[in-house]
Amino acid sequence: MTTITADDDHDPHAAHDDHGPEKGLTRWITTTNHKDIGTLYLWLAFIMFLTGGTMAMVIRLELFQPGLQFVEPGFFNQMTTMHGLIMVFGAIMPAFVGLANWLIPMMIGAPDMALPRMNNWSFWILPFAFSILGSTLFMEGGGPAFGWTFYAPLSTTFAPDSTDFFILAVHLMGISSVMGAINVIATILNMRAPGMTLMKMPLFVWTWLITAYLLIAVMPVLAGAVTMMLTDRHFGTSFFDAAGGGDPVMFQHIFWFFGHPEVYIMILPAFGIVSAIVPTFARKRLFGYSSMVYAVASIAILSFLVWAHHMFTTGMPVVGELYFMYATILISVPTGVKVFNWVSTMWRGSMTFETPMLWALGFIVMFTIGGLSGLMLGVAPVDTQYHDTYFVVAHFHYVLVTGALFSIIAAFYYWVPKWTGHMYNETHGKIHFWWSTIAVNVLFFPQHFLGLAGMPRRIPDYSLQFAEFNMISSIGGFAFGLAQVFFLYIVIKTIKGGEKASDLVWEGATGLEFEELSSPPPYHSFTVAPDIK
Amino acid sequence: MIFNKLSERLFAALAGVLSMLFVSAADAEYVLNMTRGVTPISRDLYSLHMIVLWVCVVIAIVVFGVMIWSIIYHRKSRGAVAANFHENAQVEVFWTVGPLVILIAIAIPATATLIDLEDAKTNADINLQVTGIQWKWKYNYIDEEVVFISSLAQSSRDVIKDPTGHENYLLEVDQPVVLPINKKIRFLFHSDDVLHAWWVPAFAVKQDVVPGFINDSWAVIEKTGTYRGQCAELCGKDHGFMPIVVEAVTQGEYEQWIADKKAEAAAIAESADKEWSMQDLLAQGETVYKSNCAACHGPTGAGIPGVFPALSNSPVATGDPAGHINIVMNGKAGTAMAAYKSQLSDVDLAAVITFERNSFGNSVGDMVQPSAIKNSR
Repeated sequence: MTTITADDDHDPHAAHDDHGPEKGLTRWITTTNHKDIGTLYLWLAFIMFLTGGTMAMVIRLELFQPGLQFVEPGFFNQMTTMHGLIMVFGAIMPAFVGLANWLIPMMIGAPDMALPRMNNWSFWILPFAFSILGSTLFMEGGGPAFGWTFYAPLSTTFAPDSTDFFILAVHLMGISSVMGAINVIATILNMRAPGMTLMKMPLFVWTWLITAYLLIAVMPVLAGAVTMMLTDRHFGTSFFDAAGGGDPVMFQHIFWFFGHPEVYIMILPAFGIVSAIVPTFARKRLFGYSSMVYAVASIAILSFLVWAHHMFTTGMPVVGELYFMYATILISVPTGVKVFNWVSTMWRGSMTFETPMLWALGFIVMFTIGGLSGLMLGVAPVDTQYHDTYFVVAHFHYVLVTGALFSIIAAFYYWVPKWTGHMYNETHGKIHFWWSTIAVNVLFFPQHFLGLAGMPRRIPDYSLQFAEFNMISSIGGFAFGLAQVFFLYIVIKTIKGGEKASDLVWEGATGLEFEELSSPPPYHSFTVAPDIK
Repeated sequence: MIFNKLSERLFAALAGVLSMLFVSAADAEYVLNMTRGVTPISRDLYSLHMIVLWVCVVIAIVVFGVMIWSIIYHRKSRGAVAANFHENAQVEVFWTVGPLVILIAIAIPATATLIDLEDAKTNADINLQVTGIQWKWKYNYIDEEVVFISSLAQSSRDVIKDPTGHENYLLEVDQPVVLPINKKIRFLFHSDDVLHAWWVPAFAVKQDVVPGFINDSWAVIEKTGTYRGQCAELCGKDHGFMPIVVEAVTQGEYEQWIADKKAEAAAIAESADKEWSMQDLLAQGETVYKSNCAACHGPTGAGIPGVFPALSNSPVATGDPAGHINIVMNGKAGTAMAAYKSQLSDVDLAAVITFERNSFGNSVGDMVQPSAIKNSR
């Protein structure tokens, strides 16, 4: 089988189709190419990641020791709020969309995404959305200070004026996400090469297909929530105000009906990435492919049925609490299936431990820790003690940092040789992994103890018995932050040059992007549909 | 229970090793685990927590054990050759059903505990209404007609820049809640403004307080002592500064305390009828200002531009006293300004209004007497 290469545009037959990118800045503004847009998404995600990370550094600096030394409580709340919003909507989600753009056409044998012009728009909305959101920090009264969950009435009656800009920014992000999701679904359902049946698709494509449906289902719910906030604030409605017949707790039901599927939006593509990397470096087929697909689908369906486990202390009736407890702990069954399948893929394989494999293994171990603390949180009566403490903070950072983020970094190391044609520096990659892994555990593991010992989350200052673990956690935080600056260096260095990567890149690699395309791939991936075995 | 003791020791050993890894100079007392608490519910939750924790630890050891074994023995550098298997329906069924059985085993005790935990309504001996207010707690002993507000102690506020060595920093209040032991106390929660959550870990009571709705919870405190907690739901700027302190005492001491509180309230009501001097009003007003107004309007009355208005040279604080009295007593709808007539006594209201009119560069010179407040109620 011939490999389609980047040089094909010199071929008179292909030149007509594969014209290559435009030059200069207009290339990036007007591009409709899935790879360019993927790159834009990934860079936006990285910039947002460093921005949100800087805010996390401010938080950890203030929490380094008891007492208020560096920032005012009001500003501290703006930092926790913006850190959460930026990391969720600005870093993790766009990074996954960037990976989807780069990889899905290459993985299913398509030339590009199905709706290229919309793809351009869905990206270019985001820089405006985040500029609007970021600008609130400089407005009179400050930016949003009500937590990334923006519970009413703190976010309505008691919020600063800049909240309207926050609402606008959330609307823009939602529009972008829905457009991106429609594009992913249209691409996967319509543009697969002949022979690429659904049950032959790589798991990354499967997880993204399901994620896209989740996005279309829940982003409008979020849009509804912020619109109700807006009308409560300015147009005399009382959706969330008991004095006018509304209910502040209803806000939480609506928010978490969006918010719980949202956390799976941020982890399902990670499952797909790990399911690609582990078989490559174990040199063994993924164990239980079809059960992996069914597990992802079950997790997605269950994700709509468990939202109120975030609300066990709001005063729900006991029957409601029982239902949400049962449904919640049930999610650990399909999630467990995934972990067991990865471990079985490793079992009796022939493993090597290049950087992407290290990040993927780090993901499996630490995501499992986050999953297990999630099971503990799901047990409703005990959640009375865990709820709104640092135990929760530790839990969701294990699943989002060592889960989602680690998978994104793993994906970078795994596919960057394919994208750029350059190998990254293996020593640097390994240093980055071990540095990050040690630091992240020093950062988040002690937070389990802080939470169990009774430290509430979202406080700028704390009593003295929490001092030691906070200091340790802060040190881990600074070290982890620094490691990601090193990552920025690695990224730039790899893009600029490096050892030439082979077309297959990895000895055990499988999939169209490795077996059928050159490194780097041509500007339009498949102008002729590949043969699927 | 032997299991409990064993599990506690194991956990202590494990946590000890972990903390040694992290901390070299072990000079402070670390709290690593959930408190066992002093109520039947808190003990049940502790046991349930330990059971689930150990289930998780065992699962983690098995999964990571297999992974580590595989990483050590099934590596290419050892000459391992990849096997070919990639599917097994029986295995998939096994690890779907196995976890399900474990979950059911957890769900059974969890269900019983949850039903118990939610049973606040039956046989309550004392009804205590707890109201969350930005950023303090109001306690109303409904059956006794004793009402007071409890906020962060001044001693903590004073050392906020450097609290080194200050015991119970941020966990001390001006007026603690006093409750008798061995009585079923039903808490009724409500909020005047935003969401808060009343949490005392030793009682395993954590309940959101919601404006417009009443939530409840209960505790039977089995041991005398001082128990501390904090607001657990983000409620704005000073969320980290609204602690809870409960003194659990014997029934006799409790009755005495109630009697004292009633006498105190009577004395305050009486003092509203007398004519106060400017000096006394200003002194009292400053105290009231610090614990009620300074959080938003600032210790120097400068406020926070765009969020909380300044009091220095404000048209309200330098204008007609009636307008000033009205806004302090009734609040301002649609803003964070609360209605203080339900929170402060006539004397305190008169004092703080007088203080605001004659401080921060304001020098109106007039006095508001408690009797004027009494008349506007």
